[in-house]
Amino acid sequence: MTRSISVNGAAHPLPNDPRVSLLDFLRDGLRLTGTKKGCDHGQCGACTVIVNGIRINSCLTLAAMHEDDEVTTIEGLGTPDAPSPLQQAFLEHDGFQCGYCTPGQICSATALLDEIASNWPSDASGDLVGTLTLSDEEIRERMSGNLCRCGAYANIVAAIRDVAEQRT
Amino acid sequence: MIVHEKQDNPDTANRLDGMKQGVLGTAMSRIDGLAKVTGTALYAAEYSADNCAEGVLATATITRGVVNAIDKKAALALPGVIAVIDDPRLTTRAAQGTADEAPQQDPARVCYWGQPIALVVAETFEQARHAAKHLVVDYGEEVDAPVDPEAVKPEEQTEETVSQGDLDAAMSAAAHAVDVTFTTKGHASAAMEPHAAIASWNGDDLTVHASLQMLNYNITELADALGIPEQRIRLIARYVGGGFGSKLGISEEVVAAAIAAQEIGRPVRVVMTRQHVFQAIMRRSESTQRLRLCVDAAGKLTGFGHHALVSNLPGEEFAEPVLQSSHFLYAGANRELKLELARIHRMTAGSVRAPGEAVGMPALECAMDMLAEAAGIDPVKLRLMNIPEKDPEKGLPFSSHTLADCLTQAAKAFGWDHGLRKPRQTRKGEWWIGTGMASAARVHNVMEAKARVTLKADGTAVVETDMTDIGTGTYTIAAQIVGEMLGLAPDRVLVDLGDSRHPRGPGSGGSWGAPSIGSALYVACKAIREELAKRLDIDEPDLALRNGATSSGTQLTELLRGEDLARVGHYEPGAISEDFTASGFGAFFAQVRVNAFTGETRVDRMLGAFGFGRVLNRKTARSQCLGGITWSIGTALTEALEFDPRDGHLVNGDLAEYHVPVNRDVPDLDVILVEERDAAASPIQAKGIGELGMCGGAAAIGNAIYNASGARVLDFPMTPDRVIAAMPD
Repeated sequence: MTRSISVNGAAHPLPNDPRVSLLDFLRDGLRLTGTKKGCDHGQCGACTVIVNGIRINSCLTLAAMHEDDEVTTIEGLGTPDAPSPLQQAFLEHDGFQCGYCTPGQICSATALLDEIASNWPSDASGDLVGTLTLSDEEIRERMSGNLCRCGAYANIVAAIRDVAEQRT
Repeated sequence: MIVHEKQDNPDTANRLDGMKQGVLGTAMSRIDGLAKVTGTALYAAEYSADNCAEGVLATATITRGVVNAIDKKAALALPGVIAVIDDPRLTTRAAQGTADEAPQQDPARVCYWGQPIALVVAETFEQARHAAKHLVVDYGEEVDAPVDPEAVKPEEQTEETVSQGDLDAAMSAAAHAVDVTFTTKGHASAAMEPHAAIASWNGDDLTVHASLQMLNYNITELADALGIPEQRIRLIARYVGGGFGSKLGISEEVVAAAIAAQEIGRPVRVVMTRQHVFQAIMRRSESTQRLRLCVDAAGKLTGFGHHALVSNLPGEEFAEPVLQSSHFLYAGANRELKLELARIHRMTAGSVRAPGEAVGMPALECAMDMLAEAAGIDPVKLRLMNIPEKDPEKGLPFSSHTLADCLTQAAKAFGWDHGLRKPRQTRKGEWWIGTGMASAARVHNVMEAKARVTLKADGTAVVETDMTDIGTGTYTIAAQIVGEMLGLAPDRVLVDLGDSRHPRGPGSGGSWGAPSIGSALYVACKAIREELAKRLDIDEPDLALRNGATSSGTQLTELLRGEDLARVGHYEPGAISEDFTASGFGAFFAQVRVNAFTGETRVDRMLGAFGFGRVLNRKTARSQCLGGITWSIGTALTEALEFDPRDGHLVNGDLAEYHVPVNRDVPDLDVILVEERDAAASPIQAKGIGELGMCGGAAAIGNAIYNASGARVLDFPMTPDRVIAAMPD
């Protein structure tokens, strides 16, 4: 029986080599190169994808551990012809320069908006319980696992704030 | 047809201002942006190559010595392993920027811990990575390699030495003086995309997809390393995931992939691990800097002394040019400047964003703050009253000078209080709150560049050059310049960059990319305009083009008569480079809070004003400034390469232990673009902005830490332990 994983809605057989990280499987196995390898050690966030609705560093987990999981990568969020609201906002606010950390930033930001909607607290939240509102400090804290060496943070916060405000 | 223009005189015609399309300078979004936000932009490691093998570098675990032998048996016996390459042509360091020749070769000679010594090639990445750990290396170690820059006798960099008047006498006679020594730690570029290459041979022809900043130099460096003519090589770098100096020269994985691909007769991909990038590419040298500054009773500088010690490996010409802007930024008749280089066996030192000013300006600008306090003068005023009329050492005029404008505009926008400043005046809970400022300066360079512009018969245009876009916005400003000159909406301009088959640009580095390639495009477009004007029987300056038509309604397509019109613009700076001292200038203002109990510093707001000639795109230029200010925060507070004092190896070579600023370290930042036209900078009156934004900003933060808490920290970065140790009881 073939073990499979769902990526952007399509089922794929899992790799045979158990050493293959989810990140390398996406990039080299499926040629979904939008997910980036920046450090391979969970330090930079460039490889962020959404697994069963939760964002994770795909370099820190093995592909073999994701049988039947549903993975969404940057390619699953939007396309050049139909970008997602966050992708469009990153473009307009210049929330990137070299673009290498950008897919990870956008996957993180996508999941972040759901975390706020689900009232998941962070270090920047005033209270552990109750309804969360999305302050700039809340965005900064939740995006701090995604490094951007070009230094586009101020524009990244503006892009996320813009989309969050459109939603409410 | 190649059109050559050598610039000997300032170009005051400002031709771009007379064009009619109205796209240059606007805040247009990046034309490559949709590809980047959707993950469809391909970086070096992401191209498909049939039957591609994977290579992983193995690195030395000694500091200095020789590799007597590598026992490859165990590695070669592992599943999937194809070859272990230790060819003497392998390079052991990255080439310095603009080297134009191969860097150090011969992997059997080890000069620093972590140096590449071999490449293991296998069917898959996992197999190669595993096998690289099974090489058994027999070293002949040469012990006691010097690794401490303070413990060896340094070499004076005599071309940097300046001795004018008598600084000692001026210091003694001065109304106020400071004599203070700062240290800065080494920095890493830490571009987000690790260095990577895919090499494939077709007979004697080599194609390499790589992550490089300067293909125009890299192709020569690679050809020299391999011992083949550069005509046989094609280098491609369409998207580069950040550079910051680390991809200026050809790096080890490019040469290794090319050699391996030739040896096994298949394409080979080599991607550096993050640890490889940290230890085997470039560090910014640490520095020790003594500043001696003195003023008369009115606050006029009478003496200016800046002495710096930096380090590098034996055989490297690069010495962090710490004094670069100190030569001209402030007046002072009595001057002593000296740069010394210690030869030690830490990893290679080279260019990291804004080499020189990135660490020289923070030290100078903290010393200026101390001088302002000693003299009882507002630090903004002290700077304003010491801006020289001309270069104080060479006597040359400045091409333009915006420091006063930047200081004044930034102080006003920030709400700077010009009154008497005293530290430890504002406290909120655990936090001391204060403000600080600093000047910014970064030398301007413009380089020879070529680019082809083709006005197609269908009325669209194509730009072709090997110039790169490393996140700086080259794609976008190229479309804007060509659109402006030829009267086309930018979406009618196709920009094809990063392919060595195209005319050679200047490469991305030293902030010279935009002014240099922009000038080549300008020259090409002007030649196209001349041909169009000839066809209309009018003078070129009278040709007004907008949205693909002349002002009298003639369509470009009509003028083209069904044929493409192509020109290669070849720009070369001439006497302008010798006749003027040219620099970007700026000012930083910061407000910080410093924890009274832990010494932690948080930047609460920061503002920069920058003058760098014509602004080509307000959005991408602002982003460059934001990036620079973000690097200023890292320089001030967190970034430090740490080396083992026993063997000189880098101990914090990854992104968990080397602390680049994260999102929450950076507040909302304000940027003021102080627009000007610098006629002597380039024929498009533009200078670069890739580095200016970090040249001095760390001092604004350091000075704010002092103003807030009374802690005058003389060592960068100003980590909590250092702040708390310097804080008054």
